[in-house]
Amino acid sequence: MLTRQDFEGQERPTWCPGCGNHAILNAVKMALAEKNIAPHEALIITGIGCGSKLPHYMKVTGFQGLHGRTVAVATGAHLANHGLRVMTVHGDGDGYGEGLAHFLNAARRNINIVDVVQDNRIYGLTKGQYSPTSEHGKRTPTSPEGAADWPVQPLAMAITAGATFVSRGYSGELKHLAWLIGEALAHPGYALVDVLQPCVTFNRGYAYDFYNERVYKLEDEEEYDPTDKATAWKRALEWGDRIPIGVFYRTELPTYGDQIPALRAGPLVQQPLKTLQPRQVESLRAEIM
Amino acid sequence: MIQNDLTIRIGGEAGMGLESSGAGFSKALTRGGLYVFGLPDYYSRIRGGHNFYSIRITRQPLYSHAEPVHLVLALDVETIRRHVGSIIPGGGIIYDSKEELPDELRRADVGFFPIPLTRLAEEKGGRDVMRNTLALGAAAGLIGFDPTYIESVIRDNFGRKGDAVVDANLRVAQAGVEAAEPFKADFAFRMEAAPEAPPRMILNGNDAFALGALAGGCRFVSAYPMTPGSPVLHWFAAHAEKYGAVTKHAEDEIAAINMAIGAAHVGARAMVPTSGGGFSLMVEATGLAGITETPIVIYNAQRPGPATGLPTRTEQADMLFMLHASQGEFPRFLFAPGTVEESFQIGWQVFNLVERYQTPALVLSDHYLAVGYRTVEANALNFGEVSIDRGELLTQEELDSLQEPYLRYKVTESGVSPRALPGHPNAVWVSSSNEHFENGAITEEANMRIAQVDKRGRKLAGMAQEIPAPTAYGPDEADVTLLCWGSTYGPLREAVDRLNAAKAGQANLLHFNALHPFPTEATEQALAKAKRTIVVEGNNTGQFETLLHTHTGRSVGGAIRRYDGRSFTPDYLVAKVKEV
Repeated sequence: MLTRQDFEGQERPTWCPGCGNHAILNAVKMALAEKNIAPHEALIITGIGCGSKLPHYMKVTGFQGLHGRTVAVATGAHLANHGLRVMTVHGDGDGYGEGLAHFLNAARRNINIVDVVQDNRIYGLTKGQYSPTSEHGKRTPTSPEGAADWPVQPLAMAITAGATFVSRGYSGELKHLAWLIGEALAHPGYALVDVLQPCVTFNRGYAYDFYNERVYKLEDEEEYDPTDKATAWKRALEWGDRIPIGVFYRTELPTYGDQIPALRAGPLVQQPLKTLQPRQVESLRAEIM
Repeated sequence: MIQNDLTIRIGGEAGMGLESSGAGFSKALTRGGLYVFGLPDYYSRIRGGHNFYSIRITRQPLYSHAEPVHLVLALDVETIRRHVGSIIPGGGIIYDSKEELPDELRRADVGFFPIPLTRLAEEKGGRDVMRNTLALGAAAGLIGFDPTYIESVIRDNFGRKGDAVVDANLRVAQAGVEAAEPFKADFAFRMEAAPEAPPRMILNGNDAFALGALAGGCRFVSAYPMTPGSPVLHWFAAHAEKYGAVTKHAEDEIAAINMAIGAAHVGARAMVPTSGGGFSLMVEATGLAGITETPIVIYNAQRPGPATGLPTRTEQADMLFMLHASQGEFPRFLFAPGTVEESFQIGWQVFNLVERYQTPALVLSDHYLAVGYRTVEANALNFGEVSIDRGELLTQEELDSLQEPYLRYKVTESGVSPRALPGHPNAVWVSSSNEHFENGAITEEANMRIAQVDKRGRKLAGMAQEIPAPTAYGPDEADVTLLCWGSTYGPLREAVDRLNAAKAGQANLLHFNALHPFPTEATEQALAKAKRTIVVEGNNTGQFETLLHTHTGRSVGGAIRRYDGRSFTPDYLVAKVKEV
């Protein structure tokens, strides 16, 4: 049985004290341990942003790519080796700004990856500009008169796009977040875990006290049915005095990889890589003769 | 008159099936023992406009299309209008007898052969779109080419659509042959089949590169459609199930290359086929492959830019862009195959090279090479020499016995670090687009930055040993040495032959299919005896000339540059060489 300690890294995080990323890091470790996925069996793909440094601060196999392209790298890695459990961890700018098209396409394709988005509703690493999930009217260095954009709605968009697992966690609810990531890891298909995460340096209006007063868990409502798409979509838009977290929507569909003939024999990279057999060469030649 | 070199051109509107019937006829001619160069010429639209397909037929190996046309198959009046002036005296035009031709379209020295193309296609095949098959049948009849070869291609191409479709096409083709009979006396050129010839192949540069890539172990192809690179994705998608490959038509080119990087990082041999506009979107990720030392192959079938440019035409203007694309510095390969044979060979070799040096390789083709069909000998693609060498990839046993912590970016003398693939308990690391320590951890420490930049840069020395020397053609000594790269080889080779046939020792050529690392020493040797040098290339600014000057300090004696979207032809080049 694995424990959190099996994922301890050698480097200390450079995140601000109080940053939500500390809890997300712990939750990822706890979820991997709980699902018995060892550091070499997981592949965490990240982008660029404070939170995308996460795999450097734990023991796990990882790949930190470009800003915004995280899900695309994860898609390729998963299709080439579905023996690895591929998870992305990236911020809201990365996932819903520069990477918005990749997010929606991964959702509609039901690519079997866990997509963790550290949603602090601000740009941290570039110092405080408004993000795709910042509220309308948000004043920042790039929106001095207040943002004229309305925020993206990642959960409703994921449901609309066809995601088969749509959830939101909160970094102030560590156990619940670890449980959610674990559920996502166990889900066959694209699984979104949007994480409400205070940025204590650049987004003080959305600190722990803001969320602590408002957040409630869908799992505490006996009547909430996460298989009902219409209800899930409505609940995904709820934002105000009460902010829901938990599994909004789940269903099962064939994953993208399930439908690819070449992957039936096992992960692509585990299939023998050899030069063509003489009969294969003859068949290819026949096509052009 | 027995003709040894004959060009047939079929023209009409987009949507008339010219490209597929042109390719089918080219295959029939190849099966009939003749050599063919088949080149589509089309506009960027699906219906309307004017498209044509030129088929040059010879009895000896050929490398290029050529300009004079002997027979035009006009599916509409516009075809006559555009091409009547290109016909050689004594040539002919087959056209639909339902059309009334204005006198200004007629030429006294060209035969006009009215055939009821639409009516016969409807009568014999039930569909007027089959008039292209009818016209090709008529062409076969006119030149005396045995129509049984056309029948064999019809059976192969339409077999899966059922006997009724096959029979309809056979009836239409036969009707074309018969309809041409009355005109044979008025058309002097003949190109009969050569049944004694050995079997040969016909393919284009895209096919050849895809075949090479598959043979070389490429098993992951992600792309976004863009003319003229998309057929490589089509080819792989059609062969994916049978050969165990994964293809992904991605949401955009940025996704495509990042997917390929993800796939290559975990160990698949991966590539992205595209054209220049698509590669423009891939630039940042090219650098990602460079700094993470991920072996990927980028294939750019060039078309004229910038932006949308001339979408269905040809140019060689992306070379310096490909060479310098991405911020920062890292080693890369840049190849530019000149023929289908080289497209195949580079197609498999490049996958060994990227794994040996753990860095991206860029392969430049262009519209002319990518879509031009050429007949080659049955052994022209040497599958026998294909090998798969994964370079310094750690084996399972080596990883099992690893004692020290694994260093993915270990500083080595060659610059190449032993590579593990994700998934082994002894090799748990994080690769990063940031500069990093040997173990992959992010750093901004000055000495490590220098060590990693130097390490990556040292790969170039090994890479330079791998690249081929430029290929010489023609006499050892000549009045003028023509320098070229990529697809220009074909037309220029024939131009050299023609120049030397007119006067021995007029010209030879030096062709470059490896542009980076640049083969400096081999170039110096090859040019030691050159008298006058002229660079022939398909761009406006003389990109190869710049490259040559950068690496050798040489200035050349002249330049022939074409950038009207049309490919070089031997006729064009012979005339230009004389001018220059």
